[in-house]
Amino acid sequence: MVAMSDSADDQLIAGPPVVELDEAVALVGGFPALAGASLKLAGTEIVGLRGPNGAGKSTLLRVCAGLIPLRRGRGHVLGHDLATRTGRQSARRSIGLLGHNTSLYDDLTVQENVWFWSRANRAASDDVKAAMGHMGLSGRLATVPVSGLSEGQRRRTAMAILLARRPKVWLLDEPHAGLDRSGRDLLDQLLIDAAKAGATVLVATHDRGRIDDVLTRTVWLESGTISELIP
Amino acid sequence: MSGSSLLGDALLVFGKDLRIERSSKVVLSQVLPFALMILILFGFGISPDIRVPIGADGSRSVLAQVTPGLIFLAILFSSLLALGRSFGVEADDGTLDALRLAGLDPGGIFIGKAAAVLVQLLSVGSIVTLGAFLLFDTGVDWTWGRAVLLVTTLGAATAGIASAGTIYSALAAGLRVRDTLVPLLVIPVLAPVLLGAGQAADAALFGAVADGWPWVGALAIFALLYIGVGILSFDSLLEDA
Amino acid sequence: MSSTGTTTNGSRAFAGPTASKATRVVGLMALAGIALLLPLALLWSPPEIDQADAVRLFYVHVPSATVALYLAFGVTCLGSLIYLRNQSVFWDLMAHASAEIGVVFCGFVLITGMLWGRPTWGVYWEWDPRITSTAITLILYLGYLALRRMDLDPTVRSKRAAFLGIISFCNLFIIKYSVEWWRGLHQGQTIGIDTQLDGLMLFTFAWGMVTFVLIFAWLLMHRFRLGWLELQATTTSLDDAIAARRAESPQLTGEGL
Repeated sequence: MVAMSDSADDQLIAGPPVVELDEAVALVGGFPALAGASLKLAGTEIVGLRGPNGAGKSTLLRVCAGLIPLRRGRGHVLGHDLATRTGRQSARRSIGLLGHNTSLYDDLTVQENVWFWSRANRAASDDVKAAMGHMGLSGRLATVPVSGLSEGQRRRTAMAILLARRPKVWLLDEPHAGLDRSGRDLLDQLLIDAAKAGATVLVATHDRGRIDDVLTRTVWLESGTISELIP
Repeated sequence: MSGSSLLGDALLVFGKDLRIERSSKVVLSQVLPFALMILILFGFGISPDIRVPIGADGSRSVLAQVTPGLIFLAILFSSLLALGRSFGVEADDGTLDALRLAGLDPGGIFIGKAAAVLVQLLSVGSIVTLGAFLLFDTGVDWTWGRAVLLVTTLGAATAGIASAGTIYSALAAGLRVRDTLVPLLVIPVLAPVLLGAGQAADAALFGAVADGWPWVGALAIFALLYIGVGILSFDSLLEDA
Repeated sequence: MSSTGTTTNGSRAFAGPTASKATRVVGLMALAGIALLLPLALLWSPPEIDQADAVRLFYVHVPSATVALYLAFGVTCLGSLIYLRNQSVFWDLMAHASAEIGVVFCGFVLITGMLWGRPTWGVYWEWDPRITSTAITLILYLGYLALRRMDLDPTVRSKRAAFLGIISFCNLFIIKYSVEWWRGLHQGQTIGIDTQLDGLMLFTFAWGMVTFVLIFAWLLMHRFRLGWLELQATTTSLDDAIAARRAESPQLTGEGL
C-alpha cells in the first residue's frame, strides 16, 4: 500500500489529473444522485461547481472525498482508485472536506474540538495555532462550547480545522453560507493561498460576483451529470 | 495501522467521549436517575412484602431474592440509553464522516467508544448496585470473596455489554430508526450476559462463591469475543455507512 | 438474466412466477412426505410410555426445530460468509430467504412446543431451555429481518446484513448453551431428550426429519426466486433510474442560473 501511494506521488509530478471522474455513478439511498459524471481537475486551480438544487453537487464532493463508493464508472484522486476501499481510504488522507455539516461536537468548546480533530488529523501544533489565529478563534471564543456559536463561527472553527490539516485537495460545499462579509473575504483569500501553495480546490457554490474573481474556471453539474463546461 | 496507532487513536476517541460527558453530563444527570428509577419501579412491580423461606426458619423478601437479576436488568436498560448517546453525538453533525476522513484506525475508534461506554456503565452500575442494597433488604453476609466476585461480575458483564452494544450501534449507524433498531438487535444478544451476570451475582450474594466464578469466566469470554469482533469488523462497519 | 424471468413468467404463469421444475418436484416430494407422516405420527406409531399421545407432536416439533435453528440459519450464515467473500448476489438472496423461512419455522417450534408442554407439564411455558433459547433466537432473527428491511443503499444493506447473519449464528449457540447451562441447574423433563424411541417411532421421527427438510427446501427455492425476481426488477430500474436522472428537466429541478 505504501509502495502504491509512492508511485502515485511520482506520477503526480509527471502531471496526471489530481481528481478524475469518468462516467461516475453513485447512489444515495438507492437513488443515482450521480448518474455518469465526468470531471478532471489538474494541479493548482480553484474550480467552481455550480448547478441547481438536487443536481448532485454534495454527492460529487463526497465521492471525490472517498466517502461514497462508485457504483459504476471510474474515479481517481491523487492516483488512488476510488473504486476500491483501500484506494478511498488512502485518498481521504490528502483531502479536506467542508460539507453541510461542520463535524463539530456541540458539547465541546472550540478549543477542544480543534484539539481533538487536529490530533485525529495528525496536524502539526504550529499549524493548528496559526490556523486558529488566522480564523480569529483565539481569546475568549476558544473556550465557548460549540453549541453556543453562531453558524458563521461554527464555519470558522471547521475551516480552522481544515486549514491546519493542510490538505492537497480542498472540497467545499457552499462554504460561504452563514459567513459575514469579513468571513467571506477570509475564505476567498484562504482558497487563493491554498491554490498558490499547490492545492487543488473544488467549491460548490450558488454565490455570484466576488467569488468569480477567485475561481479559475467553473463546472456545471445538472441531473447528476457534468453537462456543460464554462471556461 | 500499527498497534500504536490503534491504542493512540483509541485513547483519543475515549478521551473525547469522556470529555463530552464531562461537559454535557447526560449519563450522570439522565441515565443514572433513570437507572435508579427502574430500581424503585421493581419495588412496585415485585411487592416487597412477599417473602420466601430460606434455611430452617429464616425468610427473605422476593424482592431481595431477585436483587442480582434486577441490578443487571437496570444496567442493561441503562446501557441502551448510554449507547444511544454514544452514537447520537456522532450523528448530530456528521462527525462519523470526519472520523473516516481523518483516517483514524477503525479498531481504535471501536475501542475508544466501547471503553467510554464501559466507564459510564461501570459508574452507573456501581451506584445501581449500591442503591439496590440500600433499597432491597438483602441481608447479605459479606465476605471479601463475595465482594470480589460481585465487583468482577460487574466489570465482566459491563465489558460485554459495552463491546457488543458498540458493534450493534455501529451496525445501525446512519439509520433513521437507529433508536428502535438497536434495542431489537442488541437485547437478544445480551440475554446470555444478563443470565450469566445474574447467576454470578446470585452466587456472590446468597450462594456459594465458587459457583459464581464459572459464570464470570463465561462473561469474560463473551466480552473478549466481542472486543475481538469489534476490532476486526469496525473497518467494514464504518465504511460506506 | 431478465430472459429467465420472462420465460418463467410466461410459460408457467398458472403455477406462479416462482415455480420451476425443481420446485414442483421437491414440492410433490414434500407433499408425499406429509401424506405419509400424518398417519405415521397420528395413527400407526404407538403412544410413548411417559408422554402418551403427546409424543406425536415430537415428530413435527423436533424436525422443525432442527431445520430452523441449524439448517435455515446455517444456510444464512454460510450465504453471508460467501457474500462477504465475493459479493455473490445468489448467496445474499439465499441468506435472506433462508432466514425468513427459519423465522417461520421458529414460530412453529414455539407453538408445537407449547402445545406439547400443556399436557406434559400442565403449563404452556415451563422455561424449558430449548424452547426458551428458541424464543430468543426468534427475536434475534427478527432483528436480522428488520435490518434487511431498512431503506439503505442495497450493497450497504447486504454487507451489514451479511455481517449480522454471521454473528447471529454465533449468538444462536451462545444463547443456546447459556440457557441450557442456566436451566441445567434445575432440569426437568424436556421435549426430545428423555424420549425413548424404537422401531416404528424411530422411523416416524426420521421420516419427519426428511419431510421437514423437503418442506424447507421447497419454501427456500420459492422465496429465493421471489427475491431474485425482485432484484431483477430493481436492477433494471437502476439503469432506468440513471437514464431518468440524466433526463431530469432543468426547469423542474430548481432555479437554474
